[in-house]
Amino acid sequence: MNAPTYNFAYLDEQTKRMIRRAILKAIAIPGYQVPFASREMPMPYGWGTGGVQVTAAILGPHDVLKVIDQGSDDTTNAISIRKFFAKTAGVETTTSTEEASVIQTRHRIPEAPLREGQVLVFQVPIPEPLRFLEPRETETRRMHALAEYGLMHVKLYEDIARFGHIATSYAYPVKVNARYVMDPSPTPKFDNPKMDNCPALQLFGAGREKRIYAIPPYTSVVSLDFEDHPFTRYKFDAPCALCGAEDSYLDEIVTDDKGSRMFVCSDTDYCEGRQAAGHRGVENAAPHKEGAHG
Amino acid sequence: MVDMNSASDQPLLVAEELGKSYGRLAACRDVSFVLYPGEVLAIVGESGSGKSTLLQMLSAQLAPSAGRVSYRMRDGVLRSLADLGEAERRFLFRTDWGYVHQDPAQGLRMAVSAGANVGERLMAIGWNNYGRIRQTASSWLQRVEIDAARIDDAPRTYSGGMRQRLQIARNLVTEPRLVFMDEPTGGLDVSVQARLLDLMRSLVNELGLAAIVVTHDLAVARLLSHRVMVMKEGRVIETGLTDQVLDDPREPYTQLLVSSILPP
Repeated sequence: MNAPTYNFAYLDEQTKRMIRRAILKAIAIPGYQVPFASREMPMPYGWGTGGVQVTAAILGPHDVLKVIDQGSDDTTNAISIRKFFAKTAGVETTTSTEEASVIQTRHRIPEAPLREGQVLVFQVPIPEPLRFLEPRETETRRMHALAEYGLMHVKLYEDIARFGHIATSYAYPVKVNARYVMDPSPTPKFDNPKMDNCPALQLFGAGREKRIYAIPPYTSVVSLDFEDHPFTRYKFDAPCALCGAEDSYLDEIVTDDKGSRMFVCSDTDYCEGRQAAGHRGVENAAPHKEGAHG
Repeated sequence: MVDMNSASDQPLLVAEELGKSYGRLAACRDVSFVLYPGEVLAIVGESGSGKSTLLQMLSAQLAPSAGRVSYRMRDGVLRSLADLGEAERRFLFRTDWGYVHQDPAQGLRMAVSAGANVGERLMAIGWNNYGRIRQTASSWLQRVEIDAARIDDAPRTYSGGMRQRLQIARNLVTEPRLVFMDEPTGGLDVSVQARLLDLMRSLVNELGLAAIVVTHDLAVARLLSHRVMVMKEGRVIETGLTDQVLDDPREPYTQLLVSSILPP
């Protein structure tokens, strides 16, 4: 007999209960980092051990799981986590943002608008937004407790003083529910406005740092800025070369060693959906022949 | 700036029978004094006499084992520091108070620019306009005689004297009413010390600051302070007007201290 010797979705029920308690607390205090007893997972730290534990704790047998890595459904990290849950939980998986009920993500929020009932699970390497400004964890916790966030603006000030504009382009600090300053994980700041007043539940898991935090649905999320240097989204000034989208976040792809490059949507599902609907970019004259992968 | 006419006749800081002991060791005992707005008090004594312990208790960084410290808040109410919540204490510390460390590296963020160092307190109290923060920082750098062109340099590129002046600017930017200084000229060479003392004296006069200066250097006490407290083995053994104490010391220990200065 080769029956699996592990529980549904890999983690044992007691561990899942512990993680769920942390998640509930995180939802009750939006943006607050809740410590939890992070387990070792069968993957290295930095590959999404926090996100995987959160996903394992909330996954039910009827959920449909989508996993993306930098917007893409077909990178090693995304595929192996998707397979991991297909194997250990037997849940249905998908690459479609609309069909998924749980989306685990690394470094992106999908372009397609999220809806009520969906859960977005972020993989977080460093949950503490003040870490590189104030190395003492005891001190940063106190600063969060007393809402002393002047230091966060010091970082933005430094950016402007050095580069003339706020050059932080990812992990851009946000204030959640007008209380806690939070690191939105290394998502590009292009995605920050999507977090604000989002109908879906957003959960953040940091495995190595043993923290879980959350943004409940329809919560205000404001990117920090200065009056005279307001927050701006950043993206490459080009349409997607494959689907022609002008409103999506683009990856820059180097195509040879002579300086040629192309810009394509980072969200593969969004790009393929648009191509299937007949949108064409400049480098995509021929119809897209590959079928949807899964 | 400080409102001189109404508040100056009421004490700003009151210490009552302050004491700190570590087990059987009494680091500091039975210290009482009153500090008025605009007054500069020097605490002198040799190493281990309890000066720094006293300063830490006065600035609410260390809880006293006996006695209490009260401070007159900006609304005019005298409140015991022990009764303040942590949030209030920290707010006081970065708005109405300043603390100048002996080692500037402790009081500055060495890796961020001078402008951000000065602006941090402003941002902490909610300033949200980059242009205004930078302008204020730049004018403060000039006031402490740092070339405004160096506003974007990190303090680790500064000389010792510049770092100390930057630390002073960083503390004074919120226009505090009381500044604590712990050996502000320690570790600087004599000519830099003289410039720094000159600067501090003029700033204290201009802003009507009250200050408590801990020093073992009697010259610093003489130049800066109105009153002197001499400490020995955790007790205040002599107190009075600076000129009086230094020119005509009563206690044998003070006489020894004064006579140990090399004649100019």
